[in-house]
Amino acid sequence: MTDSTESENEKMDATIKPSSLGDVASSVTRRTPGTMAMGRGLEARGIHAWFGKNHVLSDITLDFAAGTVTALIGPSGCGKSTFIRTINRMHEFIPTAAMAGEVLLDGKDVYAPGTDVTKIRLQIGMVFQKPNPFPSMTIGQNVLSGLKLAQLKVANKDDLMQECLERAGLWNEVKDRLNAHGGSLSGGQQQRLCIARALAVRPQVLLMDEPCSALDPGSTLRIEETIRHLSDSMTIIIVTHNMQQAARVSDYTAFFLSDNGPGQMIECAPTSEIFSRPRDKRTENYVTGRFG
Amino acid sequence: MTTSLIPAPTRPWVASPKDRLFDLGIFALALVVDFLLVVVTPMKGKLAYVLVFAIAYVTLSALRQFIVRGTASAKDAFVSSLVAFGAFVTLLPILSIFVTVIEKGSKGIHLGLFTHDMSMATPTDPLSNGGLLHAITGTLTLVALALIMSVPIGILTALYLTEIQGRFTKPIRFLVQAMSGVPSIVAGLFILSAVLYPIAKNYSGFMGSLALTILMIPTIARTSEEVLRLIPNDLREAGTALGGTQWRTVAMIVLPAARSGLVTAMILGVARIAGETAPILLLTGGGDKVNGNAFNGPIGSLPYYIWKSFNAGSPESITRAWAGLLVLLILVLVFFTIARFLGSRKVAK
Repeated sequence: MTDSTESENEKMDATIKPSSLGDVASSVTRRTPGTMAMGRGLEARGIHAWFGKNHVLSDITLDFAAGTVTALIGPSGCGKSTFIRTINRMHEFIPTAAMAGEVLLDGKDVYAPGTDVTKIRLQIGMVFQKPNPFPSMTIGQNVLSGLKLAQLKVANKDDLMQECLERAGLWNEVKDRLNAHGGSLSGGQQQRLCIARALAVRPQVLLMDEPCSALDPGSTLRIEETIRHLSDSMTIIIVTHNMQQAARVSDYTAFFLSDNGPGQMIECAPTSEIFSRPRDKRTENYVTGRFG
Repeated sequence: MTTSLIPAPTRPWVASPKDRLFDLGIFALALVVDFLLVVVTPMKGKLAYVLVFAIAYVTLSALRQFIVRGTASAKDAFVSSLVAFGAFVTLLPILSIFVTVIEKGSKGIHLGLFTHDMSMATPTDPLSNGGLLHAITGTLTLVALALIMSVPIGILTALYLTEIQGRFTKPIRFLVQAMSGVPSIVAGLFILSAVLYPIAKNYSGFMGSLALTILMIPTIARTSEEVLRLIPNDLREAGTALGGTQWRTVAMIVLPAARSGLVTAMILGVARIAGETAPILLLTGGGDKVNGNAFNGPIGSLPYYIWKSFNAGSPESITRAWAGLLVLLILVLVFFTIARFLGSRKVAK
């Protein structure tokens, strides 16, 4: 399994063209985190989360080095989605929610008093499980909607639109119908539109909450290619139920589990290790399909 | 070329001609039973015919299904014919109103209605004298003013209930629901005693539209709330995840997505108040002349015109009242048609 994963990764490496787009130097090599002009990555320190009295997430400490793809795997209800929603402060929209711990973006806690939460969400973008393009907007308007929402000015909107759609792997399919409504696209195209929309505000970190679970295998493949391309210029955290997907796209994998208690992080390691020689017996049982 | 044998398309689930003949037979049989029963028994009158026919038809079709297919089928036939009868009964008074209004009102319709007012005509003048202009412009003025005041309040209320969901959500929702049951005369009396007598001291269109606003807000607020609740939460989350504040997200994403529904809410509100009479009688002062100033002096309106013309009592004025009713009915129908049209038009799937 490891061998096939490795060779597949190499194949994908070969197909990745240095991105001339974005604000990142094109000579960057992947998997040498920390050397890039994309910030110093993200650190979660002792994250706990509660819904009311229900303790759903316990003491998660994880480092996400800049320019890496980290997959979060684990059975349903183990707190993966809750965890990534604490990162961009979407957790607090649930009325009974509470949390503890620190999320450090470039060394600064996103929960520090006086932090502008909308700025945090500009730096930490999110792609949701279900494609959700804005129904009242055209494809082009959808891509640029983040700028309008955050009232950001940009010099050349058309260039940015094209750049984002190209990076999301959608440009060729929609370039002749940018004025069509987002709802007229297929599910997979809509999801890539949502990725393009998230890219337009130039986030350092992109959170993806099961981005392919509502999609067919073909669209899934396109999105995985997109993720590989994007990891040149940003840090990606992807929640997935599909272990093959985790093996295909991620550099690191973290395994979450809740044993009738709050969700915990059992182990985090380079993806090839998690799938070949996991340290924890429970991880092994999960990745080999014995439960979950 | 081989001609493969393609069977002729059939629709085995559709009733055969024989079945339809049977259905017709049941219908005829029910009619016969109906007549016989009404002739024999002391029950008399149109109502008796309708009721006995309904009972006979329901029983006979259930009986037929019982013989052909058994108990379950008989129950099914019983309920479906009962439902069909219920729908028919609902339609009857509506159709009856339409027919009566059109029949009596069309006599009083002439082009002059839309170019003249009643300032130079008396109730006994021939129908060709005078017109509805003051009433139509008055109603449109009242509705427009009420719309301007109630749409922002109604939609903001709905936004509070769906988007902000603050501490007062429950009491406000309860109050809005209770408000939609407020009798219109109460709204009229309230404005009369709270605004007209102590402050304005004069009839005006504005006083009328204040009362109409009170009646219109609950309709708009409740319909808008329903519409806003249908907007998937995903969209709100997507908006905030892109760095939008709550206000920007609502203004840029939620409201545009709900646009057609909100338009429907407005027009339902208009339809609710266009024919409202009681507060208009109390507050606008009527008047037979076109009054362009909604804030000063009596102003006519269609309901007032209808009420006044019926009260005048002469045959001509009663025909005028029916014509006014017809115009009002058409006006409300036009509003509803626009509402349906705008409501069904999808911005995007």
